[in-house]
Amino acid sequence: MTPTIPTPPRRSFGMNSGSDNVFRNIIIGLSSLVLVATVLYGFVLIVGGLPAFQREGIGFLFGLNWDPGKGIYQALPFIAGTFFTAFGALLLAVPLSVAAALFISEYAPRWLAGPVGSAIELLAAIPSVVYGLWGIFVLIPAVRVFQVWFVSVTGVPWPPTGTGLMSAVLILAVMVIPFICAISRDVITLVPNDQREAAYALGATKWEVIRFGILPYARAGILGGVILGLGRAIGETLAVTMVIGNANVIASTPFSSTATMSSIIASNFGEANETLRPALIAIGFMLLVFSVIVNVIARIVITRLTPVGTR
Amino acid sequence: MENQMKLTPPPQSVISTAAVRLESQSVSIFYGEKEAVKNVDVSFKSNTVNALIGPSGCGKTTFLRAINRMHDLTPGARVTGKIMLDGNDLYGDGIDPVDVRRRIGMVFQKPNPFPTMSIYDNVAAGLKLAGERNKQKLDEVVERSLRGGALWDEVKDRLKAPGSSLSGGQQQRLCIARALAVDPEILLMDEPTSALDPQSTSRIEDLMETLKQQVTIVIVTHNMQQASRVSDTTSFFYVGDLVEHGVTSEMFTNPKDKRTEDYITGRFG
Repeated sequence: MTPTIPTPPRRSFGMNSGSDNVFRNIIIGLSSLVLVATVLYGFVLIVGGLPAFQREGIGFLFGLNWDPGKGIYQALPFIAGTFFTAFGALLLAVPLSVAAALFISEYAPRWLAGPVGSAIELLAAIPSVVYGLWGIFVLIPAVRVFQVWFVSVTGVPWPPTGTGLMSAVLILAVMVIPFICAISRDVITLVPNDQREAAYALGATKWEVIRFGILPYARAGILGGVILGLGRAIGETLAVTMVIGNANVIASTPFSSTATMSSIIASNFGEANETLRPALIAIGFMLLVFSVIVNVIARIVITRLTPVGTR
Repeated sequence: MENQMKLTPPPQSVISTAAVRLESQSVSIFYGEKEAVKNVDVSFKSNTVNALIGPSGCGKTTFLRAINRMHDLTPGARVTGKIMLDGNDLYGDGIDPVDVRRRIGMVFQKPNPFPTMSIYDNVAAGLKLAGERNKQKLDEVVERSLRGGALWDEVKDRLKAPGSSLSGGQQQRLCIARALAVDPEILLMDEPTSALDPQSTSRIEDLMETLKQQVTIVIVTHNMQQASRVSDTTSFFYVGDLVEHGVTSEMFTNPKDKRTEDYITGRFG
């Protein structure tokens, strides 16, 4: 009487297909390779630099005396050089970059924003040796003119040589601007329009909208760009080596010749003897440590600055 | 009389005694060449809630945003005609849009508190923009505005918490409090409850009833029950035209225009 309804055949769920597993293993293998490479990196540097660490002890980090003739290797001048140049460059580059990013994303008409943005990004693609050449042929003569003028007006007895800390800071600033600017522009563009409108609707002027609605919202991202720029400024070698003057002492004036951790490695490694070489490798290790520290701090700060609910 | 009804609301004791606060005269709004709002004449009286309804793309939000000159920020957008607040043309010569927006507050579709600011700072933002630095005055206004937004009791113990830590409904009431803090004369609301759950929606609807004691409200809504619950007058927009404007209770029971009737009975839209 009741019509029989045919039961559909039971279907079972398929197991993970074999190709999926193969792909999974390949990915795991490749990514662990990256991890292994990083660990090896640190290991090789610490082993290679060990003789220098053993000989100088804590003085390697805090001693001022770098005298290859006497076999004394204390790296503070270069650590200081790296910090001075990197933070000096950021001091100049951050305001310029954020201002340029705001101009591109908030003020410039579309026909202008595109080309200006591309031009700034292009700066990031120029090889650092080209920056170095530009530094030698354009920047240093210009800096020298400024320094001569400065010394003649103020009477401050700083050596107006052109090469030195000031040139290194300037060239680094130009080199990190594209990074900071491009990232700032992207995060500013990504600020939701309702944030701008919220500020406008309260009677904010354009500048107040930027200050209240845009910059606070974008601050974590902008800081990310700044950290990336800092990473580049700490690590940049060639262009800095070409303009910094390469003196093994802490710069006593903003015009003095000095050296950074990376520039001392680059300028000395070629003819390094058996005692100098471990000292340079040890500096390399310290550079690695600083980069890791900068990155860890950056992560913490960025997480704390990211507005709740937008993470 | 019957054919004039279209633009002049029929007399009704509460509304007719109030003075006209906001009035648009031949307002058209263009995006480039496209005319999104066509020649709208409408007036809203003091201490009323006025709903703008109509299907998506009919121009109601476009019209709302013309009232506080938000279109000034959209490249290619153009407003013609006059919008009068207490008899002054908001688009007149020498009128600063920043000033207009201080007097005409706005609440948006999606709650948009400033996520890096505390609850307190969100509410105080407008006052600080206006240059108020007196801590005591700020405290006072923040409390009054949060009470006005029916949020005070829920947040009074955590004014320093970030504004974005609140629930969606609380965030929207925070945005209402933020708009109230600068003591606006008109409050524009652009589908303020469309992102909220029914309970939060009903709290905000109740709130509007209280708010109209101090401000004149213009609200865009997709929800016709909402329009009928909260508003004193309703304006029905269709493809850029203001089809019908009138007292809400009359318009929902006895629409004059066929299109209004079709829309409110759910035949389209």
